[in-house]
Amino acid sequence: MSNDGVNQGRRRFLIATTAVGGGVGAVGVAVPFVKSWNPSEKAKAAGAPAKADISKVEPGAMIVVEWRGKPVYVVRRTDELVGYLEGLAEKLKDPANADEGQQPSYAKNTGRSRKPEILVLEGVCTHLGCAPKFVPEVKPQPFVDGEDWKGGFFCPCHGSRFDIAGRVFKGSPAAKNLKVPPHSYLDETTLLIGVDEENA
Amino acid sequence: MKKLIAIAFALMPAFALAAGGAGVPLDEMKVDLEDKASMQRGAQVFVNYCMGCHSAKFARYNRVARDLGIPEEAMQENLIFAETKIGNLMEIAMRPDDSKKWFGATPPDLTLVARVRGADWLYTYLRSFYKDDSRPYGVNNAVFKDVGMPHVLQSLQGMQEKGCAPVADGVDPLTGLQHYTDSCAEDADNKVLFLAEKGSMSEKEYDTAVADLTNFLVYMAEPMALDRQRIGFWVLLFLAILFVPVYYLNRDYWRDIH
Amino acid sequence: MSKFQAFMGWVDHRLPVTTTFEKHMSKYYAPKNFNFWYFFGVFSFLMLANQILSGVWLTMSYNPSAEGAFASVEYIMRDVELGWLIRYMHSTGASFFFIAVYLHMFRGLIYGSYQKPRELIWIFGMCIYLMLMAEAFMGYVLPWGQMSYWGAQVIISLFGAIPVIGDDLVTWIRGDFLISGITLNRFFALHVIALPLVIVALVVLHILALHEVGSNNPDGIDIKKHKDAEGRPLDGVPFHPYYTVHDLVGIVVFLFVFCFVLFFWPEGNGYFLEYANFEEANPLKTPEHIAPVWYFGAFYTILRAVTFDIGPINSQLGGVIAMGAAIAILFVLPWLDRSPVKSWRYKGWISRLNLVLFGVFFALLTWLGTKPASGLYQILGQIGTLVYFGWFITLPFISAKEKTKPVPERVTG
Repeated sequence: MSNDGVNQGRRRFLIATTAVGGGVGAVGVAVPFVKSWNPSEKAKAAGAPAKADISKVEPGAMIVVEWRGKPVYVVRRTDELVGYLEGLAEKLKDPANADEGQQPSYAKNTGRSRKPEILVLEGVCTHLGCAPKFVPEVKPQPFVDGEDWKGGFFCPCHGSRFDIAGRVFKGSPAAKNLKVPPHSYLDETTLLIGVDEENA
Repeated sequence: MKKLIAIAFALMPAFALAAGGAGVPLDEMKVDLEDKASMQRGAQVFVNYCMGCHSAKFARYNRVARDLGIPEEAMQENLIFAETKIGNLMEIAMRPDDSKKWFGATPPDLTLVARVRGADWLYTYLRSFYKDDSRPYGVNNAVFKDVGMPHVLQSLQGMQEKGCAPVADGVDPLTGLQHYTDSCAEDADNKVLFLAEKGSMSEKEYDTAVADLTNFLVYMAEPMALDRQRIGFWVLLFLAILFVPVYYLNRDYWRDIH
Repeated sequence: MSKFQAFMGWVDHRLPVTTTFEKHMSKYYAPKNFNFWYFFGVFSFLMLANQILSGVWLTMSYNPSAEGAFASVEYIMRDVELGWLIRYMHSTGASFFFIAVYLHMFRGLIYGSYQKPRELIWIFGMCIYLMLMAEAFMGYVLPWGQMSYWGAQVIISLFGAIPVIGDDLVTWIRGDFLISGITLNRFFALHVIALPLVIVALVVLHILALHEVGSNNPDGIDIKKHKDAEGRPLDGVPFHPYYTVHDLVGIVVFLFVFCFVLFFWPEGNGYFLEYANFEEANPLKTPEHIAPVWYFGAFYTILRAVTFDIGPINSQLGGVIAMGAAIAILFVLPWLDRSPVKSWRYKGWISRLNLVLFGVFFALLTWLGTKPASGLYQILGQIGTLVYFGWFITLPFISAKEKTKPVPERVTG
C-alpha cells in the first residue's frame, strides 16, 4: 500500500474525468427536479389567453375578466372621461408611461390602450396588490380634496388613486401605474387578453 | 370485521380462476406509437363514439393535439365542443349517477384503460360484440361477458352473431345460387363469431379502425412513452461512457494493494 | 490550498468534520477482500437517497385525499414537466431498494455477518427492514388505485385476526369503518415524515455499530488480529479512497440496470407497477386478483400457507402468526447460529447446501406470493414455508455439531 510507482499524472487525469462525469451526471439528475417546478400543463391551461365579448359593455361601465387568476378590468370610457386625460399630467407620477414594464408598447399613449375608448387594466394595485375600485363618476369624492374627481380607480386598502387610464396620482402610496396586460382584438367586439400580436 | 378477513381469505383461491380472465384467446395487435396518422384516426373515433359516455379526464385536448400533430385550430373545430377550451381535461357531461342507472355501471374513465387491460384485450374486446337478445341492449361480448356497454360501433362493424357460421359449400345446380351450410353442429361448443349483418365498413376496415382506436388509447395511457425511451437512451449512453473512467480509476488505485 | 486548510481548521475547532471523515472514511480500515456481495449495502443507501429525493418532489404535487389522490398521480405523470420521471424514479426505486436490501441480507447470511460481535448491526438492519416494509406498504396505498385500496384492505385486515382486540384495532388503524381518505391521510403522514425519519436514524445506528466493530469479510476473519507497526490492520485498506472508487464502479453498473428498467420497463411486467393499480380505487368493486407487490411475496405466501386449524388457533390466526414468526425469527438469527466459524466457506457442506436451499425457497415463496394460492401453488407455498422455518429450527443443531474447516489466519484473495 505504498505510493511507489503510482503514475500521478494518470491518476489525476482519471480523478478529473470521473469528477467531471459525476458532475455532468449530477446536473442531469437535477434537470427533472428543476423543470418540475415550471408551470404545469394545468397552470398553463388556467393561464391561457382569456376571451371577452365587449359588445355589451355600456359606455362608462366596466366588466371584470379573469386571466391567470387575476382580475382584468375592461372599461368602455365615455368621450367625457377620455377628454380629461390630457389635462391631468402634472398631478400624476408617471403621466408619459416612462416605466416600460407597466404596459406593452402599443399602450404607451395617454389613454394607455389600443382603442381610445376601451381600457384594459390588471385590477391589481401596484402598491400591495389589493383590487382597486372603479369609480367612474365625475363628482366630488371623499378621497379627493377640493376639486372634482375626474373618474378612475381608488384602492380602498391604502388609498392609492389612479386616473381613468390607470395612471397613479401624486400623493398615493403606490409608485407605479396600474399594469396594462398584453391584449389584442380578434374582431370589433372580441377582446383577447394575454396575447400581444395584432390579429392574433 | 371477521367477515372481511373471511372474504379476503376466501377470495384468494378465487383469484386463481379470475386471474387468467375468461380464457378467451386474445388477438394480437401491434402497437405503433410512431404512427401519428393511425392515432389521429383513433382519436377521431374516440371523440365521436366513446366520449359520449366515457371520459378521459386525466388527459388534455391540447396535449393530445400536440403529441399527435393535430393543429390546434383543427382540434378545436373537429374534436372539441365549442364551449370547451383546448387546455381542458377531456371530461364529459354525463353524470356518473345517471349512467349507472342506464348501463348498470358507470362507464369507466378510459385515460388509463390500456395500462389496465393491455392493447390486445382492447383490440379483441372491441371486435367481440355479438347479438344476444337476453341482454338489455341486445348485445353481449365474448371477451367481457355480460358487459353493460351497448355495441357503439355497430353502424361501422355491423352485427355479429355467435354460433355456427354458414359456410359456402357449393352452388345450387337449379337456382345457380350459392348454397350454405352450418359450419358446426347445433350443440357444438366451438361456436364462433361471424358477421350476420353488414355495417358501413368491411371487416378489414373495421379491424383497422379498432386498431387505430387501440393505438390511440395506448398512447393516451402513457403519453410520454416515446420521450421516456428517447431520454432513456441518452441516460444509458452517458452511464456507459462514465463507466470507463470510473473503471480505470478503481483499477489504478487497487494496483497499490495487489 | 493554505486558505482551504485555514478554513478547515476554523471549522474543525467548532465541528469535528475532519476527524469524523477520518474515522468513518479515510482511516476506517475495511478488509481488502470484499467481493461482489459487498456492493449491496451502498446500493441500498443509494436507493434510500433516491427515494427521499424523488419522494420530496412527489409530495409537491401529490394530493393526499380520497377524491384527489389518483388524479394527482396522473397530474404528476402528465401535467408536471418531467413529473413522470420523478414518479418512475420513486416507483422503480422502491423495487430496486428491496432487491438491494434482500441481497445485502443474503450476504449477511452467507458470510455470517450477524455473528458475534455484530449482533446489534444485524438487529438494526432487521429494524430497518421492518420499517421499510411498513414504509413500502403505506407508500403503495397513496396512489389510491385498486391494488392500493384492496391490498391495504387485506393487510390491515390481518390485524383483525388478533383475538379479542382485533376488530377494534382494525377500526382504529383505519380511523373509519372502511379504508377511506382518513386512512389515506394518516398513511401519507407516516410515509413521508415519520417512517423516513425512523429509517434514517436506524441507518445511522446501523453504520455506527458497524464502524465500531469493523466490517466482516468473505472469510469471516477478524482483520484486527494482524496489524502493522502503526496499528493498521495488515489485511485492511482505508475505506476512502479504495472502497469509494470501488463502490463507484458498482454504482455505475447498478444505475445502468436501474435506469434501463426505469426508462424502458417501468411496469416490470406488472411486478413493479401492478396493472390493476392504474384503475382508481373503488370500495364497491374487488379486483379479480389481489396480489401484493413482489417484495412482500414471501411473507404473503407464508400467510396463506396455513389453511388448517391448529388446535384452538384457526387458520386465519395461524396464518398471521406464521407470517409474524417468519419476520420475528430473523431477529434472533445471531443466537441460532452456533457455528464456530462465520463464513460459509469454512462451514460444512450441509450448512452450505441448506443456505442455498433457503435462498432458492425464499425466492420461490416471493414468486408464489404474486400468484394465486391454489392447487400446485398452494402446495409449493406450504413446502416453502416448511423449508423456511426448517432452516431456522435446524440451524442451532447443524451449526453446533457440524465439522468445520480450518479458518486461515489471513484473508484469502
